[in-house]
Amino acid sequence: MIIPHPLLGPRDSQEFTYLGDAHLIERPDWQAADAQDQFHDYLYLRDNPAGVHRELWFHEQGDRSWLVVTRNTVTHEILSAELARDVARAKGRSK
Amino acid sequence: MRYSGFKVLKEALTGHKGWTPAWRDPAPKPHYDIVVIGGGGHGLATAYYLAKVFSKSSVAVLEKGWIGGGNVGRNTTIIRSNYLLDGNEPFYEFSMKLWEGLEQDFNFNAMVSQRGVLNLCHTDAQRDAFRRRANAMRLNGVDSELLDTEGVRKMAPFLNFESARFPIKGGLLQPRGGTVRHDAVAWGYARGADLRGVDIIQNCEVTGFRIENGTCKGVETTRGFIGAGKVGVAVAGSSGRVMAKAGMRLPIESHVLQAFVSEGLKPILPGVITYGAGHFYVSQSDKGGLVFGGDIDGYNSYAQRGNLPVVEDVCEGGMSLMPMIGRARLLRMWGGIMDMSMDGSPIIDKTDIDGLYFNGGWCYGGFKATPASGWAFAHLLATGTPHETATAYRFDRFRKGLMIDEKGMGAQPNLH
Repeated sequence: MIIPHPLLGPRDSQEFTYLGDAHLIERPDWQAADAQDQFHDYLYLRDNPAGVHRELWFHEQGDRSWLVVTRNTVTHEILSAELARDVARAKGRSK
Repeated sequence: MRYSGFKVLKEALTGHKGWTPAWRDPAPKPHYDIVVIGGGGHGLATAYYLAKVFSKSSVAVLEKGWIGGGNVGRNTTIIRSNYLLDGNEPFYEFSMKLWEGLEQDFNFNAMVSQRGVLNLCHTDAQRDAFRRRANAMRLNGVDSELLDTEGVRKMAPFLNFESARFPIKGGLLQPRGGTVRHDAVAWGYARGADLRGVDIIQNCEVTGFRIENGTCKGVETTRGFIGAGKVGVAVAGSSGRVMAKAGMRLPIESHVLQAFVSEGLKPILPGVITYGAGHFYVSQSDKGGLVFGGDIDGYNSYAQRGNLPVVEDVCEGGMSLMPMIGRARLLRMWGGIMDMSMDGSPIIDKTDIDGLYFNGGWCYGGFKATPASGWAFAHLLATGTPHETATAYRFDRFRKGLMIDEKGMGAQPNLH
């Protein structure tokens, strides 16, 4: 698989390590009343879709950036790649 | 029809006209007491034990394609019970004991061959870990042997003992481990279940669950609604998408695992050998092909094929372990979809929806578990309580911190 890195252009997926579903960006508030339930769901449960999946890849052997890659899990076709930083900031995260 | 040597002889002399199909092709009835979704090894074993052990007469197995077309026909056929943790070891040993009597039990030649499973170690620390595992196995009543370098050399003189980086320091041997003809397991269970009245319904995909007031009343399928007292889901790699139809999210990711077979070679491997420095496991089929595999590809996938970097990695592991296979050519390679759970161990449990039961999260160790998984799931479906060897395989173990994490990797499915 070739991942279209937003800064570096097309890169072989072998340069990356895989973390999982991009929802892992959305860490729950630890002070919420139901934080324990939220963290259980956050850490252990997955949508695991057959089809389009947004997921986190780390460019370990490259610029060490985290990417959110949109990929089809049935065909392995990669639809887009964004910097995870940009995705998180768009959701209102400051860092 | 009962299969026997006499029957084979009789048919040979009478032109093979007396063989009948091994199972029926029934139309679905409007209602069953128990519907099992998934006509793979685990689903068929569940139906078989429901009928045989728990005397359930109204059981159906629904399969979206043909039976045995998924992981039970795609694995590397290894059986073993060399686990470390208490939550696992009694269950896998129960499975091993069922394997030992399986062919007589379901009257089908599954070619169960206890040729031994040898895990190699390459460092002192690894040998210590194997000694601990061997002792844990013995505490659970399972035989295990720790071999030194000479012991390994006697069994498999062709290995790369003098590797400067990964010399072979010894191995953990389970002599009762081995291989089984995987397709025959599905066929044997299917035939055994069918003979006891189970309806095996192929080309019948489940498209939804009918859930009323928190109770599952049956399943919507491509062949119409089928009512059910209880529904058991045993669909391995498809667990996520099937349970999503019931509105459930699972502690499971689907990943692709590749397997390989070489051209036929003369008999050389004494049993199953696993490499301790890379991820590589190999056995030799009765046709002579080397059957081997390694790591999962490592990303979510529902494609039953993988990518080339892992092929290279697996073959490098093989070359590093036994340089003699360097000129053997690959005949076939394929992929299967693994239901990788968050701690590397399976789930056999009821769900929050009454009448809906789940069996999955087998990671890439589901084949060896087939008989026990079927028995334990049948026990749960029939009695409502978990089988004594499967009490730890619950959904709530993640919430309670009771993970069964053999490799200690944490909630990272692609590392199990």
